[in-house]
Amino acid sequence: MKSPMVDDAAGTAAADPVTSTQQRRSDVETAAEASGLAQRFLLEIGTEEIPDWMIPAALENLRLLFEKLDLPHDSLRLDATPRRLVLRAYGLPLRLRDREERVQGPAKSAPAQAVAGFARKQGVLPEDLVLEVTAKGEYYSFRKKVPGLAVKEILAEALPSVILGIYFPKTMYWTGKGGARFIRPIRWIVALLGEDIVPFEVAGVRSGALTAGHRRLGAPEIAVTVGDYEERLRNHYVILSAEERREKIVGEMAGIRVKRDPALLETLVYLTEWPKPIKGSFDPQFLQLPEEVLVTVMRHHQKYFSVEDASGKLAPQFVAIMNTDSDPEGFIRRGNERVLQARFNDARFFWDSDQKKKLADRKPDLAHVTFQAELGSYLEKTDRMIKLAAELGGDAHAVRAAALSKCDLTTELVKEFTELQGVVGGLYARAQGEPEPVWQSVYDHYKPESMDDALPRHRTARIVALADKLDTLRGSFAVGLIPTGSKDPFALRRAAQGVVRIWAEGKFDLALLDLVGADTNLRAFFEERVRYYFKDIRGFKYDEINACMAAGWSNLVDLEARLERVQALRPTPDFEPLAASFKRIRNILEQAKFTGGATLDPTLLESGPEAQLHDEYLRIAGQPIEGTIARLRPKIDLFFDKVLVNAPDERIRRNRLMLLHTLREEFSKVADFSEIVTNS
Amino acid sequence: MQSFQEIILKLKQYWAERGCVIQEPYDTEVGAGTMCPETFLRVLGPEPYRVAYVQPSRRPADGRYGDNPNRLYKHQQLQVILKPAPVDVIEQYLGSLEAIGIDLKQHDLKLEEDNWEAPTLGAWGIGWQVMLDGLEISQFTYFQQCGGIDLDLVPAELTYGLERLTAFLQVKDSVYDIEWAPGFSYGFVRHADELQYSVYNFEMADIEMLWKLFDLYEGEAARLLKLYNPKAPDKKRFPLLPAYDQVLKCSNLFNTLDARGAISVTERVGVIQRVRRMAVGVAKAWADQQSAATAAEAAQ
Repeated sequence: MKSPMVDDAAGTAAADPVTSTQQRRSDVETAAEASGLAQRFLLEIGTEEIPDWMIPAALENLRLLFEKLDLPHDSLRLDATPRRLVLRAYGLPLRLRDREERVQGPAKSAPAQAVAGFARKQGVLPEDLVLEVTAKGEYYSFRKKVPGLAVKEILAEALPSVILGIYFPKTMYWTGKGGARFIRPIRWIVALLGEDIVPFEVAGVRSGALTAGHRRLGAPEIAVTVGDYEERLRNHYVILSAEERREKIVGEMAGIRVKRDPALLETLVYLTEWPKPIKGSFDPQFLQLPEEVLVTVMRHHQKYFSVEDASGKLAPQFVAIMNTDSDPEGFIRRGNERVLQARFNDARFFWDSDQKKKLADRKPDLAHVTFQAELGSYLEKTDRMIKLAAELGGDAHAVRAAALSKCDLTTELVKEFTELQGVVGGLYARAQGEPEPVWQSVYDHYKPESMDDALPRHRTARIVALADKLDTLRGSFAVGLIPTGSKDPFALRRAAQGVVRIWAEGKFDLALLDLVGADTNLRAFFEERVRYYFKDIRGFKYDEINACMAAGWSNLVDLEARLERVQALRPTPDFEPLAASFKRIRNILEQAKFTGGATLDPTLLESGPEAQLHDEYLRIAGQPIEGTIARLRPKIDLFFDKVLVNAPDERIRRNRLMLLHTLREEFSKVADFSEIVTNS
Repeated sequence: MQSFQEIILKLKQYWAERGCVIQEPYDTEVGAGTMCPETFLRVLGPEPYRVAYVQPSRRPADGRYGDNPNRLYKHQQLQVILKPAPVDVIEQYLGSLEAIGIDLKQHDLKLEEDNWEAPTLGAWGIGWQVMLDGLEISQFTYFQQCGGIDLDLVPAELTYGLERLTAFLQVKDSVYDIEWAPGFSYGFVRHADELQYSVYNFEMADIEMLWKLFDLYEGEAARLLKLYNPKAPDKKRFPLLPAYDQVLKCSNLFNTLDARGAISVTERVGVIQRVRRMAVGVAKAWADQQSAATAAEAAQ
């Protein structure tokens, strides 16, 4: 006999009409309001400094994990600083409502002892059981009353796994091998439901009502309640709300012409508990260094905002965001100024010493720079790029730029500021008198680095960029480095996306596949990228893309033109019915396993709709479809209406199939219209 | 003004008061304090340990002939290992800054994500760079793995860049201008060292001889590791520490060859692998040799 089964939440919900969160919430509100029992819940996970960029996602994850507990509540609020992840829920009940659980027993046909046994196990008499009809037949069952649990107990039980369940891209252990894993060590936990501590333990830390203030300005232990928590933190120099920290930074920089930098702002919001901008300056003589270098030092290495003068030019000033309230002695400003000065000195030192050896003379040194273990050095890559640039129709400038493009990898400046590769090469090439198209091509050849990034500025630069990316892709696929799922360590998707964008937007009227090569995996990879580009970036409909790509996709300029034609034709009245007819043609041809190869014999055509269709075909063949659809559609409709393709005479049947095949071929030069999704 | 050596003495004093063994620098060339046996081997196994030492660390490729105000072939690291890391490890670290006269209420301090990885040691950890008024003054790492082994106890490693810290405190723009001891500048003490090693490492080191030495040291490490027998009753006697010295020699030779531009693309990955194999081999054997099970067997 099957053991009695306790219904899960779904079964309970069926017995309990209150299912949706909405309904349940309003129930609780009424109950809570009536009894004054709506509770506030506060959870603060106190940690050592969490990497800023992980915090927003971690909070979102914490929200989901809490919502999965399915506790009724009015609203949730999530906040974080580098040292705390905080969840506050409002309007929780003290106790969940009592509910009924249905416990299924033996089938109606079961022997009486089995029924009695089931009843005994449930602690009731057999007559207390009811017979219920289920999808599998009639069964004895027992409706068990389950008293609602106290929310505090539910939380105490669930919170340890909620906390340790928060997803972080990289975790650590700290209490010893096999111990709990989190992003950084958990040092304290506040868990309060109303006035009560929700008691539990995670990684050796017991929950309580003590939080910690700012590391240097606040107290290490502060007693809090659900009511005064945020205020108490503020008194100890912690601004809990990221929004408020953001506003504080922006507001206090208001008088300064700061270069807009939303990503840097977000970093600083999550790197501080009490942010405060501070303005510093540097020796204007450093403005002789390229702006790219100065801004990179300030932004990437020091996390400073750069400042512009009234004309939009870089000013010898910066704004640092402190994680403290003031700098009365000026220590912090002077400290930051000195660090920046040292960094700029380094950059100038590197710039000057790099000039001692021309970019062009550095090419042989690329033999010592690994491109990829199995693909050899950057020297070998450079030589392949030179060939590719020529194949792409590049002139002498493009070839020269390809030869110089990677030479900056041997410079001190790029070793120090790797994010400036390409840019530094371009600046050096300019300083060393290379012609404008050459230095600009070196400068731009890593572009576009994202979907929003600009293309390289001119055709020569685009050719060098294509040569670089195509070589990386061809080489990587050849040695089996193929991206799978989210794993793409060599950023090959980005490279391929860059190729597609440059090709399409730069109007390269060449067959992409000729340069992609014969590798079927790489061809498929590109096909997917082309599809993605036209659909997600350019907004064409997926069936239009399928239809047009089925007619060939290697020439992206041609593909785009055909997509635009199909897009324009689509709203015309004859288009969709014609597309439906082509689907019918395709099905007929597929069922007949007919793949062409025959010659159409006009003498076998039946006069009437069949001959008329053929005549129409002869008239429109080779003409743009825009002018022919309206004429062809009634002829096709009539043909399908009056003519039986599956004629008993084999010769006539094959001739008709050939007619349809010819029509399909003619139209498929633009798109395979049978791929269009129609309502008819 | 505190001299370079006063700062070192105060930091050593501070960590001595917190239960650290104050070790002297290791007497074989290393690229970082982490490579010393006092860190690399001590973090293995279940025995708690606390140690602090200054380690002169050699990075041949970073040499600049004594010309660059911030870059050195050899710099001094103060290395602190707290195994396991106490719960107030960050507060203790901040206390060490106060001990050398930094009033943290007057300064800005941030802990910025910076994880550490040493492929040649099969080691990695999670941590931060500590930024004081925009200057990176320390590296803070919770070790997770060493020699390819998950660690039983998680140690905190604190590494102070002593020249930088001193330049900051003495308000000097060049490391060569910092005062090592009253009347003696850092440049006076070390400049010749920087200049001559840059010349040697970049221009004059005999590549063929360095390769020969590499092969010899590697051969000796391999020979010893092959002889180590985990089942031998007297395995405690086995010279794994000398075997590890051969690994350190190889590592420094690799760095010198690299600075000399003598390692080709195809060789490079392979050489890193060779060093790693030795380091991981020693770590595994050491963990076995020092394990509690061994101790129990030995007692019988």
